[in-house]
Amino acid sequence: MYLIVNGHRYDNLEDDMTMSELLDYLKLPAKKIAIERNREIISKSTYNTVRLNDGDIMEIIHFIGGG
Amino acid sequence: MKNSIKSDDTLKVGSHEFNSRLIIGTGKYTNYKQNSDALNASGAEMVTVAVRRVNVSDPNKPMLVDYIDPKKTVYLPNTAGCFTGEDAVRTLRLAKEAGGWNLVKLEVLSDPKHLYPDMEETLRSAELLIKDGFEVMVYCSDDPVFAKKLESMGCVAIMPLGAPIGSGLGIQNKVNIRLIVEQSNVPVIVDAGVGTASDAVIAMELGCDGVLMNTAIANAKDPIKMALAMKHAVIAGREAYLAGRMPTKKYADPSSPLAGLI
Repeated sequence: MYLIVNGHRYDNLEDDMTMSELLDYLKLPAKKIAIERNREIISKSTYNTVRLNDGDIMEIIHFIGGG
Repeated sequence: MKNSIKSDDTLKVGSHEFNSRLIIGTGKYTNYKQNSDALNASGAEMVTVAVRRVNVSDPNKPMLVDYIDPKKTVYLPNTAGCFTGEDAVRTLRLAKEAGGWNLVKLEVLSDPKHLYPDMEETLRSAELLIKDGFEVMVYCSDDPVFAKKLESMGCVAIMPLGAPIGSGLGIQNKVNIRLIVEQSNVPVIVDAGVGTASDAVIAMELGCDGVLMNTAIANAKDPIKMALAMKHAVIAGREAYLAGRMPTKKYADPSSPLAGLI
């Protein structure tokens, strides 16, 4: 399946992968980020169980310096 | 929390209480290490932060949370880059999920040339955020009418600009800042425009409850030293305000008695 993550297209991903598996794949620490799928927030407590679907649009954010 | 020596004169914002009346930004520093050192020197207990996409192509890039511990310093997520209420709500909901903060800084900007807040959209956004359960500290113009409206809606702090963001021009309209201070029942925090320590003193002497600054520290030749200067400036201005200044006079008034001269 494919996903759009932060505007980048990722092809040939494992079907039905969980949110946690995607984070492992991207090497991102779950603790320091927040995630939206198709404009809906995915709660951290569900990363292990939520399964992603073909074509999902993901936004993964964190905090950076700002005023 | 850092500097946890309790004094009576604390800054209460929403459900939070701070010993320091200085809030600093985390933008424009050479690196996060310098930012963290400046924070320590400033004694601030709250920092503003922005919410942005993770760089997925370089997951090993340093992250702010590795340098400024959100457990020790309150993160105040901002809405910089949002131009509508819906964008602001979306951004801050994500911020809440990332760190669990309810206290937020709302800023809805307009023209990049002056970065003045779009007050019409700011009012609308504040309403949406408050309805969503956020404690809203709001960046606004130095207009007492808008300031009152924002307070009436339930914003937990009114944050008028002293001068355009990043300009370092100091407090341009003391009359308006004073009017806002006098009418407000929630903290008034000057946000933007401070250039050097005396500007922070002026804000505090006007009776503001705090000062928020970023560029004044980050763009100083020595940000760590300036952070320390700002810490002292905010304390000095606050103490002077509480002390109550002497009345000004038109002519000299000798400090040594004239009676008993030899």
